[in-house]
Amino acid sequence: MARHTLSVLVEDVPGVLTRVAGLFARRAFNIHSLAVGPTEVPGISRVTVVVDAEGDLLEQVTKQLNKLINVIKIVELMPEASVQRDHILVKVRADAATRLQVTQAADLFRASVVDVSTDSVIIEATGNAEKINALLAVLEPFGIREIVQAGTLAVGRGSKSMSDRALRSVSA
Amino acid sequence: MSNGTPTGAPLVAKPANRSKDATVSSVVEASSLVQGPNNIIAPTEMLGSQAIVRSLEELGVKDVFGLPGGAIMPTYDSLMDSTKINHILVRHEQGSGHAAQGYAMVTGEVGVCIATSGPGATNLVTSIADAHMDSVPMVAITGQVHSAFIGSDAFQEADIVGITMPITKHSFLVTKAEDIPRMLASAFYIASTGRPGPVLVDITKDAQQSKMMFSWPPKIDLPGYKTVVRGHNKQVREAAKLIAASTKPVFYVGGGVIKGHAAHELKEFAELVGAPVVTTLQARGAFPDSHELHVGMPGMHGSVSAVTALQQSDLLITLGARFDDRVTGVLHTFAPNAKVIHADIDPAEISKNRTADIPIVGSVKEIIPELTEACRARFAEGGAPDLSEWWNTIGRLRETYPIGFTPTQDGLSAPQHVIQRIGELTGPEAVYVAGVGQHQMWAAQFIKYERPHAWLNSGGLGTMGYSVPAAMGAKVGNPDRVVWAIDGDGCFQMTNQELATCVINNIPIKVAIINNSSLGMVRQWQTLFYDSRYSNTDLNTGAGTARVPDFVKLADAYGCVGLRCERDEDIDATIKQALEINDRPVIIDFVVSRDSMVWPMVPTGVSNDQIQIARGMTPEWEEED
Repeated sequence: MARHTLSVLVEDVPGVLTRVAGLFARRAFNIHSLAVGPTEVPGISRVTVVVDAEGDLLEQVTKQLNKLINVIKIVELMPEASVQRDHILVKVRADAATRLQVTQAADLFRASVVDVSTDSVIIEATGNAEKINALLAVLEPFGIREIVQAGTLAVGRGSKSMSDRALRSVSA
Repeated sequence: MSNGTPTGAPLVAKPANRSKDATVSSVVEASSLVQGPNNIIAPTEMLGSQAIVRSLEELGVKDVFGLPGGAIMPTYDSLMDSTKINHILVRHEQGSGHAAQGYAMVTGEVGVCIATSGPGATNLVTSIADAHMDSVPMVAITGQVHSAFIGSDAFQEADIVGITMPITKHSFLVTKAEDIPRMLASAFYIASTGRPGPVLVDITKDAQQSKMMFSWPPKIDLPGYKTVVRGHNKQVREAAKLIAASTKPVFYVGGGVIKGHAAHELKEFAELVGAPVVTTLQARGAFPDSHELHVGMPGMHGSVSAVTALQQSDLLITLGARFDDRVTGVLHTFAPNAKVIHADIDPAEISKNRTADIPIVGSVKEIIPELTEACRARFAEGGAPDLSEWWNTIGRLRETYPIGFTPTQDGLSAPQHVIQRIGELTGPEAVYVAGVGQHQMWAAQFIKYERPHAWLNSGGLGTMGYSVPAAMGAKVGNPDRVVWAIDGDGCFQMTNQELATCVINNIPIKVAIINNSSLGMVRQWQTLFYDSRYSNTDLNTGAGTARVPDFVKLADAYGCVGLRCERDEDIDATIKQALEINDRPVIIDFVVSRDSMVWPMVPTGVSNDQIQIARGMTPEWEEED
């Protein structure tokens, strides 16, 4: 099934994330990742949601999302016309014998070591899904203790702003 | 308001894109979204509870249905001082919800129900879900525990906003008194515009008890809520082109035409095109049954002519309908050769089940006249389509397979006959409100509907128990009309406590209990698909049983008139007797055969081509002549 990235501008009101997430659940749409946070416009949040859906189903997702009163605008961000990043923290086993190998691996991926203890390090990495997966594959043999990953963040390339246009159409 | 014509809120929103042309300032534009006369009220100090009542008054609300409890008591205290709002005390909150639905369905105005927190609110859930499925404009106001106690499992606390999120068009949790006017006005706006639906406003007890400055009208600010009303010009022209080229067009008319108050517009359009019209369960009355273009109700229990018209059509002119599974049968076999014009106010309905060739988003009230004009222009150039061959086929089916029923074998009355006579003796000006099951289907089939807003039923959710409270609400909304609840013995036992409400508040509905002593539709399926194994469908209310309860005694206990009719020869006299009683509710126990079944029927899981006119009997599709 094809993977799509949707950027959803929502009013920052209580319960809005529940409404968005609940809609996916009850319409049987499969969420791959979800990220939410404030935007440059006060009172407007942006949800980035990655879904697995075929064309018709994606259209239904979009239409159903649009029916939510707190949803202001939805755009699909195509991979070639947007920057999409995953963010990950990985706790890896690393003692005096292996620490150097682990940190060198992190360097290769431009990941940074953000915590060190006698028998582990925490590595922080940002990148697209392929890069993150490659990093994890390299770290795997050392022993991964914990992974925590944020939802994909995505923004369209170029100078256009999604919220600019959305809010202009609202106030026009 | 007693004739069902809308004078209250328009059911369509002002489109966002029109505001560009508006010369008024944005403030005025925004405030005009507020329902009611938009009286200007300078800031006045009052309690939140008073603000609730005052807001409802300013919104033009005249009747509300509800039942008090701890968390909504401040509002009930303020309600006592209102001279404008008639509050009807129900006996169960579900009844208040269905009553609000019935009220909304006959008046076109937003129905209002009120309940307390916790169990009061959860008792509303069924009616809210029902209103959601059938797109009924309704505002449900619930009390909520003090905001400081939310989340602590306080006494009578339930997260009703969370519980109803999937079954409301929108919901508000109000924790500050100053938000009350804006949120109530927004709730009414959302409920009544676009595709109508239920909106919940959950108000904490401290918000009701706090002081606030009340002013009116509030500013509605809903940046994410836009409703398209007018059809896209190009799409309308394309639709007209398809209609002109079609040889087997059918008007597939749904409940949206009733909600959108477009029955008049539809008649003109249909007569111009001259194509067969089918009206779905939710659209009965949107087009007169007696009209020569009407070929019946489609779907699982539709007429052969209506089902076949859709199946054999080359063009479905779909207006405010949603390709529900009860209409389509197995989807991929539905109307296999038809192109689809789909006009609906909800973009998410378009191509949800059946892909539309020509989607038109907007209000049918606007789109139908646009389509009519486009077709008129097109026909003027190239002539109207010749549908005589098509009518030969459909007309023959309509004549050969009329909706009918067979006499019973057990000497008891045929339920279809009872319902047919109720319709014939009462006439098309009455309002008919059904429960759910066999009697509902028979009421849809055997009563002739000539006008919109005359037929109410729970179509989408299929809520047993809808009839009595919805009839009560309809009678409050249309006090001058005869209102019949056509109910089943099973359904009636779910909500008959509202008879007390009817008697005490002088709401003289008439209830026909089509008593076959069973959960009849389930029993029918057991007969057909479960080898006549009647698991738990016997209700012991009918002929030759213990008759628990005795419906006549029950009517009597409530102060209603209770009648029983057990013989064919008494049917007319009993109905006439009921029609003459207008000072209190009348309950008639029509004792009927339990073996009567609803026909025609398309069994689930097969194509509509497999429609059966009786058990195992499929019509002859081709005739050699």
